[in-house]
Amino acid sequence: MEIDLQDIRKYFGSVKANDGINMQLKGGHIYGLLGENGAGKSTLMKILSGYQPPDSGQILLDESPSKFDSPAQALKSGIGMLYQEPLDFPPFKIIDNYLLGKDNRLRLDYKTVEAELMEFSSRYNFNLDVQAFIDSLSLGERQQLELVRLLAGGAQVLILDEPTTGISAEQKELLFDSIRILAHEEGKTIILVSHKLDEVQELCDHAFVLRKGKLVGEINIPCSNESLVEMMFGQIPERSDRSPQIKDKAMLKIHDLTISTYRMQIESINLEIKSGEVFGLAGLEGSGQELLMQTIAGLIKPAKGKIFLDGVDMTGWSYHRVRDELTAYVPAGRLEAGLVSGLSITEHVVLAEPEHAFFVDWKASREDSEKRIVEYQIVGTPGTMADELSGGNQQRLLFALLNNPLKLVMLEHPTRGLDVQSTNYIWEKLYSRRNDGTAILFMSADLDEIIERSDRIAVFSGGIMSRVVDAKSTNVDELGHLIGGRE
Amino acid sequence: MSARRLFTYAWPAVPIIAALLFTAALLVIFDASPLESLVAIFQGAFGDQSKTLSVMAFWVPLTLCSIGLLITFTAGLWNIGIEGQIIMGSIAASWVALKIDAPDPLQVPLELIMAMLAGAFWGALSAVLKTRGKVHEIFSGLALNNLAIILTNYLISGPWQPPEGGTFRGTQPFADAALLPRFADSRFSPISLAITLVAIGMVYVTLRGTFWGLKLKSLGKNPFSSFLLGVASERETILAMMFCGALAGLGGSIRVLSWFDSLRQSISGGIGFLALLVVMLANYRILYVPFITFFFSAILNGSITLQLRTQLHSSIGGILTGVMVLFVLLFGDSRIFKFFKKEDINERT
Amino acid sequence: MNEPEIVRILASVVLASAPIIIAVVGETITERSGIVNLSLDGTMLMAAMSSFMVALTFSNVWIGFVAGAIVGMAFAAVVAFGSITLNKSQVAVGFVLTLLGDDLSAFLGQNFTRIPGPVVKHFGIPILEDIPIIGPIFFDQSVVVYFAFILVMVSWWFLNRTQQGLRLRSAGERPEAAFARGVGVNRVRYIYTIAGGALVGIAGASYSLDVKIGWSDGHIRGLGWIALAIVIFGGWSPVRGALGALLFGATKVLATILQRTFPEVSVVAFNAIPWVLMILVLLVVASDFTDRIISFMPRRIQPPLRRVFRIAPPMALSTNFVER
Repeated sequence: MEIDLQDIRKYFGSVKANDGINMQLKGGHIYGLLGENGAGKSTLMKILSGYQPPDSGQILLDESPSKFDSPAQALKSGIGMLYQEPLDFPPFKIIDNYLLGKDNRLRLDYKTVEAELMEFSSRYNFNLDVQAFIDSLSLGERQQLELVRLLAGGAQVLILDEPTTGISAEQKELLFDSIRILAHEEGKTIILVSHKLDEVQELCDHAFVLRKGKLVGEINIPCSNESLVEMMFGQIPERSDRSPQIKDKAMLKIHDLTISTYRMQIESINLEIKSGEVFGLAGLEGSGQELLMQTIAGLIKPAKGKIFLDGVDMTGWSYHRVRDELTAYVPAGRLEAGLVSGLSITEHVVLAEPEHAFFVDWKASREDSEKRIVEYQIVGTPGTMADELSGGNQQRLLFALLNNPLKLVMLEHPTRGLDVQSTNYIWEKLYSRRNDGTAILFMSADLDEIIERSDRIAVFSGGIMSRVVDAKSTNVDELGHLIGGRE
Repeated sequence: MSARRLFTYAWPAVPIIAALLFTAALLVIFDASPLESLVAIFQGAFGDQSKTLSVMAFWVPLTLCSIGLLITFTAGLWNIGIEGQIIMGSIAASWVALKIDAPDPLQVPLELIMAMLAGAFWGALSAVLKTRGKVHEIFSGLALNNLAIILTNYLISGPWQPPEGGTFRGTQPFADAALLPRFADSRFSPISLAITLVAIGMVYVTLRGTFWGLKLKSLGKNPFSSFLLGVASERETILAMMFCGALAGLGGSIRVLSWFDSLRQSISGGIGFLALLVVMLANYRILYVPFITFFFSAILNGSITLQLRTQLHSSIGGILTGVMVLFVLLFGDSRIFKFFKKEDINERT
Repeated sequence: MNEPEIVRILASVVLASAPIIIAVVGETITERSGIVNLSLDGTMLMAAMSSFMVALTFSNVWIGFVAGAIVGMAFAAVVAFGSITLNKSQVAVGFVLTLLGDDLSAFLGQNFTRIPGPVVKHFGIPILEDIPIIGPIFFDQSVVVYFAFILVMVSWWFLNRTQQGLRLRSAGERPEAAFARGVGVNRVRYIYTIAGGALVGIAGASYSLDVKIGWSDGHIRGLGWIALAIVIFGGWSPVRGALGALLFGATKVLATILQRTFPEVSVVAFNAIPWVLMILVLLVVASDFTDRIISFMPRRIQPPLRRVFRIAPPMALSTNFVER
């Protein structure tokens, strides 16, 4: 099947998620779709797979224009997408999950379907117990299942969204073998959305690179990692000269930390961050940086290892206790995590204060809010509700709620959605804190920011933390390797 | 005031009028004149002094429960168990009235305090079942309501029965000294009015002016963000239920010590559930609550006279108030028309 | 107590539980699609009243049942409309309706109280009714009981063995994923909420036409709430829900009997049992208690045990789904 995407545009408010993308894809090939977070990859693929309609532009399948009302319809036309978190039904049995939506017959025909499933699984070397429940499967197995379902549903085009995050090496090999069979032997079109450059090199014939909503390049594979990185991130600028303010004291010490969750195992992290140091965690979302920060903040209990803050062993402490020890954790979620819809700026300020009187002095708190509004340049009044603020202003509010002094500040995507001016302003504020000795640990999908702002950097890839590099002396080659998951 | 703002404020009158029309239609079906019925209800409520005082006497526990529910609703809880909290308050007050002989000035205050403690305890049970056992408060409330009713029936027909033998109507009447002093020959106790006014003030201040009130508000709107901001959800949930339980228990004690003179079956009179309706109709605003409770009290008390006069079942009052809440709940939002328009694709973010 | 008496008692348990079984199955279907219909108590009262009134007027029980079903559907439709189309809280709408149903039934039924009316016939099923003990208990009963049995089996089959049943369940578990599979989530929720409501209405009708014959103000008050709780005990499965209803019916009957034999052991204890039981069971359902117990069993029987004892609520229960 030939796919022709013509001038696809999709806007979310003022954000141009897809800004006029043109792409041609042919059957029998494996394509890589690369780009940093926010580049527009998922948006584009959701449009192609029928999950959402484009604002303008056309999709041509074998030269005839197509419109999809839902992913189910797209599958009928031959396009299926495998999500990182498969859209399956954990409480269902595998066989029921497979049968849902397959046809309109009343009775579920278990016998035929069982045979069908077994045939497909053996073709691609998957191992499935048809009567098991979906929630007893690992992520990799759920993906295999979803793949089988899409293929059985007639998919000629398969979009795989970050399929190797969170699956074992064996499952990955199995997956790759199946992909090769599907493309080279069965003539299907495979699109692999990934940030793992090495896997893209291993599997794909051709790569498309998106940046800020536009298609900025395409290239045949094999090629060098550097060329891919350069297309994804643009030229990595020379780091501006800034003198570090690192004190002698070790503020955060992490010793042999192991974190275990359903999605991911992170093993043996060792890290030391000094007072006044700015430490950046790079790597794309879902690679483990958030889990590390959440564990340090006390939201997740580590499976093994120790965490020391300013010499005190705080392993296993609850979130509130860690917070009381002069740390702050600023999540990326804003309204989902950190701000409360329906509460005003002043009310947030009152909640965030470290000391509380029985009665709230609203007048004083309003004045305090005014001050913070001015200091952090928030567009709003003390009475404005958090959900009425724009995304960028919500981010500023999250900063305005930080107290003084703090020993450690952990930030998830601190400047996401902010323009250049606000970004500089926020960092100025963070720098004045680090001058006072606060250690700053932050994660960002923006490599520019990581290199520009950090003293030292570590890269997360698939739950593994790379060696620590010096921000001043790193280069594109080194970073490309680390992001790709190689030493 | 712009036309749009006027529309937003005036719109809720539409469902209310619709509710009145609905009730009128029902009356017509039963061969009754809506106008005459309205007059009968009005006379039943305010016809003479003792009737008006009855309306006031019903208003007291209804208002206490309603403001208590404002606290639990603020915290995001559905305190269906409030009926049981009222009943436990009644039982506790009855226990003190029957079994404890305190010096005069202390008798009544002791009854009231024990009632508040009992109601708070009953509320705490639901709360702990929720925080530790993840049992939804609707069901623990339901079960605890029924357990409280069973306990009441047991006490009435058993250990606390009147000396002339159990009639299942009520316990032995309490001594005069144990009862709340009432005005004239009515069921109304002026002290209870004072207590209620103080309680309204306290709840108002708690919700608007205390740090705890802010924590509850935050908890009710977004438990996770509140957690990140330092709010301990278990503690606040339990305290909120205890606060409401105490107010409900207080209402229950006022029922046994002034409206009745003993513990009766159905002592709570459905006041707890009614209070839930009141709060929904008031859109969770404390300033509307006392007026709505007054209105409900007038209608419900007046309907009893309506039944006596016209043989029409007094539940018509409950129908009017219930339909009003339903219509306002469904259609009271002035932005209602947007639900019927297909959404503009570009509006989505 | 001798054998015929025990048999008679058990038969009366089955009879008394049948309407609850019907209501529980109805609400189970509704909740599996993701909607909570809290108006059960009021619905059943209104359905009981209307079906009695209609049956009396037309001297025909079947029309009475139809009326009951219609009432049930009407109440359920309001809950569905309020939450799906108007995006209001399911709990709030259901709660107001339940109180309203109580008052409406009292008012509208005021001229029909304590009048004798038509009754559903009882008949035995040939051959089956002759089986010793089980026969008279299960197979010499009223139509309502037979309907309840068949309903349980049919609904189990529908939920677990048909495509439509899968779609129903998908709407309640993960509406976004269901939508991606082409399921019209809100359409499904409307249909099954109203269908469940019809069953609840039939259950209410069964009371005034069969079990607790006639009508009087508030005569089955409280049963709707109990049905709601039994849906949870039954882990949202029609078969387990039916067993829960039978258990509940049994404890009530047991309470009355034991009261006669042991009048000193107070009324309190026996009447309280169902409610204490409810809290205990809810505690067990909500925690990982059963999981832990199962993990102590021999390896081989763990998976089938897990399958039988799945008691988690539908993941998207009581959330509104705004369709794109």
